[in-house]
Amino acid sequence: MKLQPVAGIVLRQLYLIRGSPVRVLPIFAWVAVDIVLWGFITRYLDSVSASGINFVSTLLGAVLLWDLFTRIMHGITTAFLEDVWSRNFLNLFATPLRISEYVTGLVLTSLATSTLGLIIMLALATVCFGLSYLALGALLIPLLLTLTGFGIALGILASALVLRLGPASEWLVWPLPALLSPFACVFYPLAVLPHWMRPVAYALPPAYVFEGMRSVLGGRTPPAAPLACAVLLSLAYIVAAAYLFSRVYRYAVRTGLLARYSAETVN
Amino acid sequence: MSPDRATTPGGAVDSPGTPVLSVRNLSKRYARLLAVSEVSFNIRRGEIVGLLGPNGAGKTTIINTVLGLLAPTAGAIRIGTRDIARERAAALARTNFAAVYATLPGNLTVRQNLRFFGLIYAVRNLSARIESLLQQFDLRALGEKKCGVLSSGEQTRVSLAKALLNAPELLLLDEPTASLDPSAAQIIRTHIRDLARHGGCGILWTSHNMYEVEEVCDRVMFLSRGRLLLEGDPKRLPSEHGTRNLEELFIRLAREPLTHGEGAIP
Repeated sequence: MKLQPVAGIVLRQLYLIRGSPVRVLPIFAWVAVDIVLWGFITRYLDSVSASGINFVSTLLGAVLLWDLFTRIMHGITTAFLEDVWSRNFLNLFATPLRISEYVTGLVLTSLATSTLGLIIMLALATVCFGLSYLALGALLIPLLLTLTGFGIALGILASALVLRLGPASEWLVWPLPALLSPFACVFYPLAVLPHWMRPVAYALPPAYVFEGMRSVLGGRTPPAAPLACAVLLSLAYIVAAAYLFSRVYRYAVRTGLLARYSAETVN
Repeated sequence: MSPDRATTPGGAVDSPGTPVLSVRNLSKRYARLLAVSEVSFNIRRGEIVGLLGPNGAGKTTIINTVLGLLAPTAGAIRIGTRDIARERAAALARTNFAAVYATLPGNLTVRQNLRFFGLIYAVRNLSARIESLLQQFDLRALGEKKCGVLSSGEQTRVSLAKALLNAPELLLLDEPTASLDPSAAQIIRTHIRDLARHGGCGILWTSHNMYEVEEVCDRVMFLSRGRLLLEGDPKRLPSEHGTRNLEELFIRLAREPLTHGEGAIP
């Protein structure tokens, strides 16, 4: 893998963000809206509930982590869609660019913008609502690694779907995180799920993350094995998504889909 | 290294006799449609070859297969010594293209587009290369403008500048002057001829402008319904086939393809 082509993909996205306030706004504005909205909801719940649960930590903390995951996924998909929207596939894929370099560029782009968003969210949540992530201690590392990894995997998968199904299918991939959220147990313990939903939850790394987070905030030590399992699952999903993307790319080259991509190609 | 051998950007060492493009028995089938059928040809260093044919003849399909955007159903394509199917990245490192239907991203400026593609092609001394191309194509004043707001002629010049970023040994030009005024088209033709004559670049050129083809191309190939029908010198072919000029020959071939005769491909 060469670094220059990867840098080219990242630089292109930086040019786009720098040249367009419309692209800068989502990095800051929606983050702030999420934190303020959920901050007030959790503060209200804390004031009316006698359950002893700290809603700011459990719910706002969950919102923040889930938001990081969706941002990473959307960051990759958006960077990929820039090439769809600007009808750039012919110019781009007629170059020596390797698929691994292209995907790495998309991932690095997303990590850069998502990290910026995370820092802003953490600052707002800490300053305005007293949320402290330091309470999670060293556990924060596997939690963030897992969510980042699964966000990367889902972003690559979504890009593969758009490449295979055509430009109009972008509307299918935006709500993917929302579709997964009931199984990911973001706001409730896995135990509340009906039995038939649990195998799906166990297959999703975020479910382990939020279980672990609730354990720590509830004063318990989360078992290491499920967290290790979540990290490994995320890595496995990344490998599977990257493999799927390269298969879809080869299919697009074989069938002519890539060469005539700007037309609507859902079939 | 012996003086008669050159190291290519892809790292391969080619002998002077190696064609920059070698296409052998290329076929492409989409379900029941045979878009390209057993097409074979070479392009040598410094040679400009015109690929002519009516709409739907298979010209763009051939270009797309050479660029690795489309996998052939059968046949082999070599760029220099590199097989596009097995060594795609190395083969495309020494290739570039410009097409009227493949404009550069309109939301990037001219300079940003050139830097972006320069990095993708891993061009050395990129800043100097970009400045030189901006100068060459009279784009200096447009460097900070977004490509989307440029006129179609200006966009064509930017696409051509992009196509020369990596100093390609093989250049594929699909109707490169289609949206240019006669004066701009003349300047571009001069650039391209110089590139072939002095830079040793092999060029595959498609155009529906027969005057242009006759002026620029060393050799032309007529394609119809996916098959190569005729090949030869564009200045001699019309008289050899009893027509007054290349345009008349084009019309005749498009309507009633030759199967035999001098220059006809069996």
